[in-house]
Amino acid sequence: MSTADLPLSSPVRGKPDSRCPLAWRPGLADAPRHSEIFAAGDEASGAGLALALALDALRAGDADPLADAPDTRPWLWVQDKEALRRTGRPYRPGLPPALRDRLIHVAARSPEDALFALEEGLRCRELAFVLGEIAGNPRALSFTAARRLSLAAEKHGVPLWLVRIDAARDLGSARMRWEVHAAPSPRPRWNPQAPGAASWRGELFRTRSHLPGTWLLREDEGRLMAASVGVRASTGSARAGEGRANFNIRSA
Amino acid sequence: MSANPSRRILAIWLARLAIDRWRLAEGLAPGEGADPAPLALIAETAHGPRIVAGNDAALAAGVRAATMLADARALCPALAAVPHDAAGDLAFLESLAVWAQRWGPWSALDPPDGVIVDVTGASHLFGGEAALLGDAAALLARRGLAARLAIAPTAGAAWALAHYGPPNAIVRAEQDLAAALAELPVAALRLDDDVLTVLRRLGLKLLRDLHGVARPALARRFRSRSAPAANPLIRLDQLLGRVPEPLLPVIARDPPLVQRRLLEPIRHRALLDRLVADLAADMARALEARGEGARRLELGLWKVDGEVVVRSLELAAATRDPAHIAELFAGRLDDVDAGFGIELARLRAAWSEPLALAQADFEAAADAHGTSLAALVDRLTVRLGAEAVRRPAPRASHIPERAQRWQRPLAPDGPAQGELAFHTRPLKLLDRPEPIAVLYATPDGMPRRFRWRGKVHEIARAEGPERIAPEWWRERSTVRLRDYYRVEDGAGRRYWIYRAGLAGDGRGGLPEWFLQGLWS
Repeated sequence: MSTADLPLSSPVRGKPDSRCPLAWRPGLADAPRHSEIFAAGDEASGAGLALALALDALRAGDADPLADAPDTRPWLWVQDKEALRRTGRPYRPGLPPALRDRLIHVAARSPEDALFALEEGLRCRELAFVLGEIAGNPRALSFTAARRLSLAAEKHGVPLWLVRIDAARDLGSARMRWEVHAAPSPRPRWNPQAPGAASWRGELFRTRSHLPGTWLLREDEGRLMAASVGVRASTGSARAGEGRANFNIRSA
Repeated sequence: MSANPSRRILAIWLARLAIDRWRLAEGLAPGEGADPAPLALIAETAHGPRIVAGNDAALAAGVRAATMLADARALCPALAAVPHDAAGDLAFLESLAVWAQRWGPWSALDPPDGVIVDVTGASHLFGGEAALLGDAAALLARRGLAARLAIAPTAGAAWALAHYGPPNAIVRAEQDLAAALAELPVAALRLDDDVLTVLRRLGLKLLRDLHGVARPALARRFRSRSAPAANPLIRLDQLLGRVPEPLLPVIARDPPLVQRRLLEPIRHRALLDRLVADLAADMARALEARGEGARRLELGLWKVDGEVVVRSLELAAATRDPAHIAELFAGRLDDVDAGFGIELARLRAAWSEPLALAQADFEAAADAHGTSLAALVDRLTVRLGAEAVRRPAPRASHIPERAQRWQRPLAPDGPAQGELAFHTRPLKLLDRPEPIAVLYATPDGMPRRFRWRGKVHEIARAEGPERIAPEWWRERSTVRLRDYYRVEDGAGRRYWIYRAGLAGDGRGGLPEWFLQGLWS
């Protein structure tokens, strides 16, 4: 990666945080247009976190006081065949109530068709956001294809949340890359034996404008809550490690 | 009150429409080719093939309509059977009704085999009503159709005369209608079979007999019948013009059509794209003149050797944007084999909807930026198929997989009852519930450990059961109830599993476990 990837070489557009100007937190207005979320195929936490982040970005961007009408733009959910087989099909009664009645679902036969549908969706001015689910590391999803998606998303301003199911961390052009696993949920107040609100353990391992780190995330009372488990101490990934080292030098 | 004397109705009864159409489709004159041998048109019914019509040889051999084919074969073993084309008959009748407007300004269908034309004030153009009937009979005979015709002041009377009166019957306006029709059988009233049976048992065989019965007696006998075809009094009043009988007129509608004839046949793809773009521009002008937008488009390409390639396209919303139409067709033309070249191309909007002129945005950039939702749906549908692009809609059902149905992306939601807030439902549902092996369950039925896709999950927390009984009004009696559990394993993965049935419910062996949904 080029030096354009380093966190301090690009201006930080979010509201400055007094403690750490680079820490990611929910509710930032500068949600990237293209994010990737890596998840396992035997849980739906990838799509769950993608929806939570998309809702969070919609809420953060909704601050326009003149917009009196509620947002009723549809959104697109694209799945390729393998992703559909592994993690199932969206179920309307289980979707977040705000998004329930505006879903358009695309069941693509192959990753090529899924990428076509994603790109067409990003070019549509009437969509709120686009959610993609692609299983594995198909040849069609090369760096060039990912770059095409990034450029389309940034040109037309439609955010893309791409969930990668059972995929290795290959080369990609997403501005933020998460790895997510399910986390034990908080105990509900009235039945501690029951599963509670959805929780995830998300690791932000590659980002352009923030520090990498790990959070415990939870959708609670209509807001996305995040508790930091810790900014990554070791330089695990080369790309993220570069940024981390740079940050240490500058802040020292 | 007498009939309105100003109306004159022509009834055309194509007595042998089905068999005439078969003969025309085969290109045979009467008594030629396969026609001399007995042949019957059959329709498939729940009890086997049933005869709809037979040709002359079959009728001579004793084959009658509405008998079963097996019974008719017993009478006439050589009887050949051909499937009957009821939809084709109706389409033919529609086009014939439009054609019949040559004799009068209005025409209506009289299914299954008749047409009714209003020839009021039009007969002098043909030299009188007798000459008009002669003209119609000659033209229909030239088309190879056996027809019986009649003209009367009401549609009911014309129908009765065409079916049961003398050939080419005319009842003049000054004639007494009741007296002119008195000798016709009661079947001329267009009644249902069971009503005809009742009338026959009452000894009422001719219309004259009905005139002899006091009206209150008939009204009392049929007082619970409100449908015209079940009540002889209503039919009699319609026949005599005492009550109006509205007819639904057939109106010809010519779809917008543009075509290009080419001086030099084209064989290359780039030229074909250019041609389609030109046609789309022509079509946009044609549609704009009518204030409409296309929903379905058919592109026909005529090749030099006479072969026709047809590509059709359905659009999510009415549009007349030539660039969009051309782009959609470009995706469907990859497999066209031009052969020796294409010399004629024709674009037809088979289905169009009103689409008003719209104000363009003041800022040109806003229109050029991105695509509209309808265009997105069109592009996805053309490449991935209509089955791949859909939208979930609620449906009134307790069974989870049946509680949502998939519909076209831009179709409006139908009415649905509100969802119950105390039911938590998973984010995703597997298309087919996957069987799991519950390795250990507590005595009260709560599962503790299960294996799914080769991995063992220890259940840390569970909630349930939520019992969902089968929908007896939809399903067989052997479908088992389901006990649903929301479970979370040690790593925090949340699943929706269920046990199908109870031990000893008499609907199968031991209960089985399935995993159906995944929570976010």
